[in-house]
Amino acid sequence: MEKETLISLRGVSKAFDGETILDNISLDIHDKEFVTLLGPSGCGKTTTLRIIGGFETADSGEVFFDGKEISQVPPYRRLVNTVFQKYALFPHLNVYENVAFGLRLKKTPEEEIKQKVQEMLAMVNLKGFERRRVTTLSGGQQQRVAIARALINHPRVLLLDEPLGALDLKLRKDMQTELKKIQRATGITFIYVTHDQEEALSMSDVVVVMSGGHIQQIGSPVDIYNEPVNAFVADFIGESNIVDGFMLADRKVRFSGHTFECLDEGFAKNEPVDVVIRPEDVDIVPADKGMLNGVVSSVTFKGDYYEIIVDVQGFKWMLETSDYAAPDTTIGLFIEPEAIHVMKKSEFSGQFGDYSSFSDELEHLSDPEEEEEE
Amino acid sequence: MKDLSLRRKEPPPATRKGQAQRNIFQKLAAVPHTVWTVMFIAAPMLFVLYFAFTDAEGNFSFANITNLGQYTNVFILSIAFALIATAVCLVIGYPLAYFMSRQSLRAQKVLMVLIMLPMWCNLLIRTYALMALLDNGGLLNSLLGKLGLEPLPIVGSYFGVILGMVYDFLPYMVLPIFTAMTKLDYRYIEASHDLGCNNLQTMTKVVMPLTLSGVVSGVTMVFVPSISTFYISQKLGAGKIDLVGDTIERLFQNVSTYNVGAAMSLVMMILILISLTIMNKFSDEEGGMVP
Repeated sequence: MEKETLISLRGVSKAFDGETILDNISLDIHDKEFVTLLGPSGCGKTTTLRIIGGFETADSGEVFFDGKEISQVPPYRRLVNTVFQKYALFPHLNVYENVAFGLRLKKTPEEEIKQKVQEMLAMVNLKGFERRRVTTLSGGQQQRVAIARALINHPRVLLLDEPLGALDLKLRKDMQTELKKIQRATGITFIYVTHDQEEALSMSDVVVVMSGGHIQQIGSPVDIYNEPVNAFVADFIGESNIVDGFMLADRKVRFSGHTFECLDEGFAKNEPVDVVIRPEDVDIVPADKGMLNGVVSSVTFKGDYYEIIVDVQGFKWMLETSDYAAPDTTIGLFIEPEAIHVMKKSEFSGQFGDYSSFSDELEHLSDPEEEEEE
Repeated sequence: MKDLSLRRKEPPPATRKGQAQRNIFQKLAAVPHTVWTVMFIAAPMLFVLYFAFTDAEGNFSFANITNLGQYTNVFILSIAFALIATAVCLVIGYPLAYFMSRQSLRAQKVLMVLIMLPMWCNLLIRTYALMALLDNGGLLNSLLGKLGLEPLPIVGSYFGVILGMVYDFLPYMVLPIFTAMTKLDYRYIEASHDLGCNNLQTMTKVVMPLTLSGVVSGVTMVFVPSISTFYISQKLGAGKIDLVGDTIERLFQNVSTYNVGAAMSLVMMILILISLTIMNKFSDEEGGMVP
């Protein structure tokens, strides 16, 4: 199924005060897709969104919308609407007037406005809230008003800038489902910015992983998770053990002193590679039956699974399993060929995927002062 | 009212001594102000009230109030002047405040000082300065004379008095509006562009409603001193223009009209109270800046 390209960025760069935020980005966004720009803060995802919305102008490069260059088109003439990070609902207007705002500008007849506002409020489950002041609404309700206010204008594209960031976990999950439903129902292209990989994986048709002003990988959630292109993506999307290895031949990779069967092909003989094994893909077996042996250094009960850190020849692996293993015992690790993903070496190699500093990392997180000293 | 820099005084540093002792100190700290308020604000008000409803012998009487009918024209002129001066200040001040708020922080500080600078100078001196510029022998008219033009009779005209009000009170309009503008979150402006507003529509549909509280404060802070001024009208009106303030001053200078003066002051206060109440209706719940 060939999808129509709706938005196209070509060689877009942007710097603020001499600091490069976007470095020569090219990206195609197809019609009716749910696209997520995912990355850590400062990766350029929000800037990309703001360039599409018209709130920033790229220093160089081109932005096409439906085949037309739109770099110089002001936001109010673009067929794009935005749900802002902190909603930006107009505090001087009630819920009804906030939602009706776009239609009022288009001089829509009052009867039609009324009907459409009702429709929109029904869609976001806010029937009966018309006369409420937006300042009296909860975060989740404001969020819904912001979505209704944007969607009532029937944009071709809806931009969402970390719209769920301010909500608590439970509400966030509900809104994720609801947003996906709304996107399917309306057939509007969604471009969604988040730093939450779980959110990105569960909602998107396409995930664009960004870091340092570059696009690292574009793909479906399954592709991104199962076939990350480099250590950054593997580490950012979910938990990963990333070990150094080399390809002995097609479908044969050696790491941690053992030769494994795998599914990857097309590497040079003895090419050094990064090998990714997801924590949930490792099985625990008795020590004498393991492909690798290690000593359990810690076990954390996580509810539906145990998170086990195992020391394998000095490299700490993370395992997520329903089997309990006592600390300081020696266990065997069994890894299926499908569980092994081989990546080319990249600038990110060696930076991620070792859990030796795992507990330290958490301590750092809870102690902001120490972080500053670094 | 002049402390618009919003620089808050630090609360006294917490001592390790007992809470009770601190409470006593806090109460003691309020004593000078309480005494001041009672002596110089509450008591004079009561005196005004007393004199307004008594005759020269100290007997209760409504005559002072009923006698005010002869000053109707003075009231109308005062209200008209104050309204015009306020409107002019708003028309000049609002765009100026908007312009200021769009500048870099550095430029904002410089502009702020420029606006505040005249306020550091005494009102009488400022008014004299304006007279020196506009009087018959003043800078403007001697310049016109050198060019062979007729002198402009600004001093002594309605225009001159209103000009004086605008000149003296403009900063009180600009500063609260500017404060409201700087507090206006830029995301609202982006949101309005996003929803289809061009620059003008953003101004009327978003920026103006959201800075209304500043406008209300500004209007109040210009209208109240304008309606009660006597100095500006005396100097720039060259004694030819009589406003409520001038009339009250004159009535108080004569013992026989003391009570009429008090009655007029009372009516004046009520007028101001009414206009404050009306203004407060316009301001939304966040706009609690009206003095």
